[in-house]
Parts: sequence; C-alpha cells; structure tokens
Amino acid sequence: MFKQFKIVASAAAVAAVFAAPGAVMADEQFFPIPSYRVGPYGANGEAFYGGFVDYLNYVNMKNGGINGVKITWEECETEYNNAKGVECYERLKSKAKASAGPIHTMSTGISYALVDKSAQDKLPLAMMGYGRTDAVDGSVFPYAFPLITTYQMQASAIVKFIKDKEKGSLEGKKIVFLYHDSAYGKEPIVALEAESRLNKFNLVQIPVAHPGNEQGAQWLKIRQEKPDYVIFWGWGVMNQTALKAAQKVGFPRDKIIGSWWAGSEEDTVPAGDAAKGYMSATWNVAGKNVPLITDIEKVVYGAGQGNVKDKSKLGTILYNRGVSAAVVSVEAIYKAQEKYGKGKGMNGEQVRWGLENLNVTDARLKALGATGLLPEVKTSCSNHEGSGKVKIQQWDGAKWVPVSDWIEGNKSLIHPLFEASAKQYAKEKGITPRDCSKEK
Amino acid sequence: MFYREAGQFKTSYGADQQILPIRQDRIGMVVLLAVAFLGVPLFASEYWFSAILIPFLIFALAALGLNILTGYAGQLSLGSAAFMAVGAYAAYNFQLRVEGMPILVSFLLGGVTAAGVGILFGLPSLRIKGFYLAVATLAAQFFIVWCLTKFPWLSNNSSSGVISAQKIIIFGHEFSTPQEKYLLVLGIVVVLALAAKNLVRGNVGRSWMAVRDMDVAAEVIGFRIMRTKLTAFAVSSFYCGVAGALYAFCYLGSVEPDGFSLELSFKILFMIIIGGVGSILGSFIGAAFILLLPVFLDVLLPAVSRVLSLPVDGASISHIQTMIFGALIMFFLIVEPHGLARLWQIAKEKLRLWPFPH
Repeated sequence: MFKQFKIVASAAAVAAVFAAPGAVMADEQFFPIPSYRVGPYGANGEAFYGGFVDYLNYVNMKNGGINGVKITWEECETEYNNAKGVECYERLKSKAKASAGPIHTMSTGISYALVDKSAQDKLPLAMMGYGRTDAVDGSVFPYAFPLITTYQMQASAIVKFIKDKEKGSLEGKKIVFLYHDSAYGKEPIVALEAESRLNKFNLVQIPVAHPGNEQGAQWLKIRQEKPDYVIFWGWGVMNQTALKAAQKVGFPRDKIIGSWWAGSEEDTVPAGDAAKGYMSATWNVAGKNVPLITDIEKVVYGAGQGNVKDKSKLGTILYNRGVSAAVVSVEAIYKAQEKYGKGKGMNGEQVRWGLENLNVTDARLKALGATGLLPEVKTSCSNHEGSGKVKIQQWDGAKWVPVSDWIEGNKSLIHPLFEASAKQYAKEKGITPRDCSKEK
Repeated sequence: MFYREAGQFKTSYGADQQILPIRQDRIGMVVLLAVAFLGVPLFASEYWFSAILIPFLIFALAALGLNILTGYAGQLSLGSAAFMAVGAYAAYNFQLRVEGMPILVSFLLGGVTAAGVGILFGLPSLRIKGFYLAVATLAAQFFIVWCLTKFPWLSNNSSSGVISAQKIIIFGHEFSTPQEKYLLVLGIVVVLALAAKNLVRGNVGRSWMAVRDMDVAAEVIGFRIMRTKLTAFAVSSFYCGVAGALYAFCYLGSVEPDGFSLELSFKILFMIIIGGVGSILGSFIGAAFILLLPVFLDVLLPAVSRVLSLPVDGASISHIQTMIFGALIMFFLIVEPHGLARLWQIAKEKLRLWPFPH
C-alpha cells in the first residue's frame, strides 16, 4: 500500500514539474512578477509587491481590466537572490509569451542579470529607480526601462535641494557621501563627483560594508570631518543603524538626506527618536491622502481581496511605490493598445513600445486619482527615464512629510554620463545602437 | 543480477585499470552521455536549460573543485565562491583586454588565475589544519570580494562593480541559445570531470589521500607535503575558477562581486557533504540535491496546496520549502553520513548480489 502510494506520489510530482504551463490566453494581460516577500528584504518586498498586486486587482475590479482585457499575474519568490531571480524569470517566461506586462524585480542585482536575457526574449524590464542606470539610453537598451528617475539623477536632485537651502551656492561646503558598498551604493558616485566639480564643494566618500549594522568607525570619521551635509545611500538594516549612530555622535539628522531606498517607514520607525528630522528623496508620496490609495482600500480590501495582510502598511512609502509602479505599467499597456488594438492582450514587444511612448500627464494622473502620487512621465527612445524628478520628504516622528516640490536633477550634466556608459556597453557587447531619430 | 560480472574477464593491465571496470557501468555511462548530449537538447525546454541544467552543471563543477581539496586532500576550505569570482573576473578581463583571445582560452586562463590565487591562499595550509584552515580560507572569501569592489580596473571601471559577460564565439559560431550554452557547459564539465577522475586515481590523487588520511605518515613514506597540499589547492581552485567563468558567461550573463558571497561557498560545501566527500559522482549528486530540490519543491508545493485547496500564500510556501529542505538534509545525513554517492555505491553492491544476499 505504502509502496503504491509512493509510486503515485512521485509520478504526480514528476508530472507536476514536467507539465510546462501552457501559454496564457490572448485576451488576458499576464504580469510575470518575480517578487520577494521572504529573505533579508522581505519586509520591503511585502509592501511593494502588495501595492503592485492590489492595483492590478483594483483595475480588474473597478474597470474590468485594461479596456476589457483581464489582468492575470503569477508571482515567483526570488528572496532577493540573483540566481533565484534568474530561475524565476525563466519559469515565468514561458507564460509571458502571449502577453507580458513589464517585469519589476525591485533588485539591482537581478535586473542586471536580466538586462541581456530580457532583450533577447523581447520582454520589457522595468527598473523603476534602480538597476542599470545607463539604460536611460534606449538606443542601446531597447528593452530596459529605468523609469521615473535613476540614482544619478536623484543624487543630482539632492545636491540641487541642498544648494537651494544654502541660498544657491555650495562653494567651499563639505558633503559626506555615506554609502552601502555595493553596486547600488556606488552608482551615484560619478554623478556626485561631477556635481562637486561643477559646484565646487568638497566630497568625502565613506563606504559601509554589507549589511551595515556596524557603522561606529564611519560616524567617528564623519564627526572628524564635520561635514555640512551627509548624503546617505543605505539599504535595509543599514538605514536605522545609521540614524541611531548619527544620534550617538550628535550629528543633526536634518542634515542627512537619504536616497529613496533609505526613506521608508521600515527605516525610520525602528530608529525611533533618532529618525526625527531625517530627510530622504522619494519618487512617490506617502500617506493615504491620495484618492487612489483610499479607493484601493475601499474597493479591493472592501471585497476582501487585499494582498497585504498587515493593513497598516497601506499608504506607506513602499506600498504607494508598488501602486505607482503598477500605475505606470498599466498605462504602458493602455498606450500599447492604442497602437496595436484595444481589447487585446499585449505581448512583450508591444508593451515595450508602450513603455517607450509613455505620456502620463498630470491630467491623466488626476483622472486616475493619483494626483501627486508620482511625477509626470514622458518617455522616448533616447530617454527611457521619462522624468528624472524626485521630492524630498522629512520624517516628523510619525510620518513622512514632503518638504519640496518635484526637483529635477541636472539632466545636461548627468545624461551625457549615461550615454558614454551605454556607448561603452554597446562596444563591449557588439551592439549597434538604434537611430532614435528614426523611431516613431 | 543487474551487475552480474560473470564472464567479464580482465586479461590485461589496461582492462584492470580502466575507469569503469564493469561492462554494465560502461554501457550505463555511454547511455547517460548520449542522453545528455543528444536526448536532452532535443526535448528539454528553455526553462530547463537556463534555470536548471546549466546551473546544475556549473555547480557540479565547482563542487568537484571543492571535493578535490576537501574530499581528497582533506583541506577544509570556505573560499570556493571567491575562487569562482576570480575565475569569472579573470576570464572577463582576458576577453576584454587581449584582442582576439579565444573564449575557451579565456575560460582556461580564468581557471589558471584562480589556481594561482588558490596557491597563495593555500600557503597557510602548510602550518594549520582543519577548522583553523577553514578560517584562513575565509580570508580569501573576504579579501577577493573586497578587492574586486575596491579596484575598478578589474570591472572595467564599471560604476557599480558589475561585469557583463561578452558574447561566446567559438570558431566563428556564436553560442547564444540556451541549448548551445548547455552543450558548451556540458562539454567542458565532462572533460574536466574525466580529468578529475583520472587525477584522483593516479599518483597525484593517491598522494592527496595519503596526506588527508595522515600527513605525518605520508611525509615519512616520502610524499612531499608542501607540493601535495599546494597542488590540491591549485587544481581545486582551477576547477572553481572555470566554474566561475562559466557561471558568468553561460548562466547569469552579468555578475557582481557580492554575488560570490560566503553564502555561495557554504552552498558548495553543503553540496559535497550531502553528495559525498571524496567522490566525483558525489559532487554531481550533491549539486543536484542542493540546487534542484528547492526548485522542485517550489513547483510542487503550490500544486499540492491547490489540490488540497489549502489557502497558502507565496511567502509561507517559501518558508515550508526551507523547512522541508532542512529536514531532508538532516534525514539524508542520518541515514547516510557519507553522502548520497555512498548510497548509490551500496545500491550497486546490493544489485551485484541480488537476488541472493548473503
């Protein structure tokens, strides 16, 4: 008996693995989602992907899909691990043949690994605010979209914000760049160096080793240097540690400006008192005073279909970021349908065109109920970023409060850096860049 | 019955010394290779190639490397991922900086560079042993990753330290599809596995095993300890280096130094422990177990939860998967502390006598 059961069970198991999932029907719009909700950054992923899925669900429930095309999706757990991310991508790929929404990995490492693969498979890869930043140059990277803003543009915007605070001049000032010693943390260095030459401020770079829960030495150095500002590029557990360490050495928190990965409730709440006054950049606002967020709560959670178990996460920075990522993705599909036929599922190539011709205006955002949630986005072949704007927000001890309007980084300084880097990439890989003037 | 050797006579030294002395094994191996080289490319899907078979072969190669060092020569090491990183970055740089360098030579030189670095970090093994040596090889793990982030030249001044592998072109043919990459990896792994098998059967391997079993005795009977230990480090790092180059070029396509973390070293160590320390076959079985079982469970568990209509979400499935995986590791180590390769060996012995055990 037991033996028979074993045979049946193992046969079933083998069949389950071999039975490759069939292609999705054409009148559906499939979203492959390589997400992470466990692992070292699980808390961040939970809120982000929760918001993302909630919005997809919301579009289905409220509008019956995208022009009647029902949205479907499948998640695969990557645990923020590159190899697992690739495995997930390969697994979801076969389902994404008929129709594929933009893939959001929320991980620079995974998106780096997928840049070439996704271009080969003709699946659009969205890297909103992270990933390969020189993919802004769409002539070399047709399938990669670092939407809204990149690390470099963000760093430049932060410098602009500080400059405004200092009444228009940074000459002779000292700014410390405290960063996570990884691909993510090192990206903005070129931009900051260019800014420091342009604005004649003194830039001191201090790396923190992963995961960053030991920063005593770094903050002692900061105390010695007595900088005017600290630009902070942290991630995960490193952020709260930095705020506590700053408090310990008595460095004013309202002189610390973090990147958007260092500006969520997950970072400030555990730091408690030490976080008060801390500022960070963000490309979406927090809170529930955006009509769309309250409407999602009403429609999706009202029907008991919510994706996030802990409802207090609704309206947090990362939740709203997931919603904005989904908004942009869905808008790209609307755009693609305008060209390739309404009421049909769009395949990767078509969605790619949609992403490249996005024009999400303030009026459109208002119609969606997302006024002020994210900046206007207008992409083109030569500009896959589409915005380059961030807001600066400040933690008042209980919530994030925006303290600036949308600030655009110094595009004329930063974008040539991307082009140079993209050109080098094209040379290394033997890619012939598209001629953007011929694209429509 | 299946392994009846009756009638198989060895009439020459050559016949006595061959790798697979039993005819059934030889036939089995030929069938296996035929399936791997001809059958699999015909039937496997892209997902199988890119997400399962290629990483399996690459990790089997890395495990083989570590098995040579730890299993055969008895030198505990926690630096395998670092040597993989050396191989990956070296192959990338050779390909980038030397005009017209054939890619296979780049892989080879990546392995040779890793071997050089391996010898360097193997030097402490002349003075210290066991756990202490493991801690010393940890230094390689941290130093190399630090080094690769610290010196931008190594990653061609990429702002983030990430390298993106070049195209694989051999004799004018570009290996771009998953099938082609799989065949390339398979070819390299088969050649290197065969080389390893022969190495451990020959006098080099015997000197490694002598040093592993008792180094003082080995020295007394005339093995040169220094040379033996350092060749073990060199050969092992060479294998890891080639695995790293393949990892970068044929699997991920782009790698960052942080990807070669201590976690990866541990993974490779677990592979040889589960698979079987001191066994070539064990490296393959171990890699399969550590790599494929989580994927398998990942696919199986949601299906099971759907069938039983249990409301289990993705996160809890991941947790359950980790628990089952851990439990299975414990189970196998209790049932067979010498690894899965030993289980296979026992099965073979049983099959020889079957159906009349004595």
